[in-house]
Amino acid sequence: MIKKILEKLESLDRRIIFIFVFLSIAITLLFPVNIEFSVTPPVKSFYDAIESLPPGSKVLVSCDYDPGSMPELYPMNVAAFYQLLRKNLKVITIQLWATGTPLVERAMSEVLKDFPDKKYGVDWVNLGFKEGREVVMVSMGTSIPKTFPTDTRQTKVEDLPIMQGVKTFDDIVMLVNISGGLPGTKEWVLQVQSRYRVKLGSGCTAVSAPEFYPYLQSGQLVGLLGGMKGAAEYEKLLKRPGTAERGMDAQSVSHVVVFLFILIGNIAFFSLKKAKKRLKV
Amino acid sequence: MWETIGIWLGAGLTLCIFSFLYKDNPFYKFAEHLYVGISAGYWAAMEWHNVFLPNLWKPLTEQGKLLLLVPFAFGILLFSRFTKKFSWLSRWSMALIIGIYAGIAIIGYGSGDLILQIRANLLPLWTGNWFTSFNNILLVVGVMGGLIYFFFSKEHKGALGAGAKIGTWFLMISFGASFGYTVMSRMSLLIGRVYFLMVTWLHILG
Repeated sequence: MIKKILEKLESLDRRIIFIFVFLSIAITLLFPVNIEFSVTPPVKSFYDAIESLPPGSKVLVSCDYDPGSMPELYPMNVAAFYQLLRKNLKVITIQLWATGTPLVERAMSEVLKDFPDKKYGVDWVNLGFKEGREVVMVSMGTSIPKTFPTDTRQTKVEDLPIMQGVKTFDDIVMLVNISGGLPGTKEWVLQVQSRYRVKLGSGCTAVSAPEFYPYLQSGQLVGLLGGMKGAAEYEKLLKRPGTAERGMDAQSVSHVVVFLFILIGNIAFFSLKKAKKRLKV
Repeated sequence: MWETIGIWLGAGLTLCIFSFLYKDNPFYKFAEHLYVGISAGYWAAMEWHNVFLPNLWKPLTEQGKLLLLVPFAFGILLFSRFTKKFSWLSRWSMALIIGIYAGIAIIGYGSGDLILQIRANLLPLWTGNWFTSFNNILLVVGVMGGLIYFFFSKEHKGALGAGAKIGTWFLMISFGASFGYTVMSRMSLLIGRVYFLMVTWLHILG
């Protein structure tokens, strides 16, 4: 009887696992359990790096992601814009992914509801998307206005008050990168941070985060937001709950469900292996 | 009204994609092909408006920058790959692209991934603080073990074998951590879709 149960568990139809995972997420979103989570040092470093910047200085935000990574990166993008505008920093945003431009406009319009006095062209500007990946980064090192001659509204950058005095990376105090893949944080670290020693903070998908911890350890990154958890911790620091913080309960419960299935599968596997060995003997 | 249509369309396509979890079916195939087609069209339009027109066509035709005929010719040569007889011409364009990217990448990788990372691993094994010292020893041992593992010029025996074994353990643990992060990432994407269905589409949640 036990052997039959174990055999069934070992070859469990994956669709049952899908249903359990889906239900764990849906039910937890409907009935939050408010699982506490703490803020980790990489996220605190990211927050502190922006908080330490003098008001009025210019920050370049490169939003390199698409709708596919929105659940993890959009909350980070919104939170980063919020902190930058709250600190009265000037936000110059660019995109190296074509699909990033409408997401940036959406994120900024959401944040501007809290800052109705912030003006386009004075407090923030969207220079838009430029194709070329690392070539764009290297070109910006020579001249940012030549690389982005106009903004998304076709205004020449020399006519924008926020872009006055911005020629190269020496004229910006920090670079914030919201990265969904290639090109992203790795390319910014290798092409810009290592050459021009710009302060670089990164928000990335959880898949990429392990790759960027060495850069955090070496000081090439001043802070790192990894995945939805990083976004949730960042929202907690800013005391501005958003979709990331809301999703953390579902994240934790779904992980427990996956863990339980792995445990059940392993118990079934090793028990059956032991039983088969005994039968052979 | 258009927003409502967009939300219903998004919800419908989400459910079509999810239907693959049961089994492959025409709804999933339709959604997948639609996604691929729209992505290709979007990118083509973006490249036309953001790259071709402002960087080549307008400077060439409106500002008379005839030197741009050279990169224009190299770009056209890339399409020669579609012919058997002249496909060898595309190698010139590929050589230029690869050469430029290799040149840019080498500088970046050299300073960012090699020199600065080596410098970051030159850590004191005793700092006066037990926790920091333990962390530094762990980091140095892990890096050395990983590097020894990938040294294949000598058989992994004796001291080298022991170092490679330590490196294997560190690599396995790091792969496990990476896998955990990957699971978290995939769950986040599912949470995003479920949130869209329950909040934006069905208004079940506030």
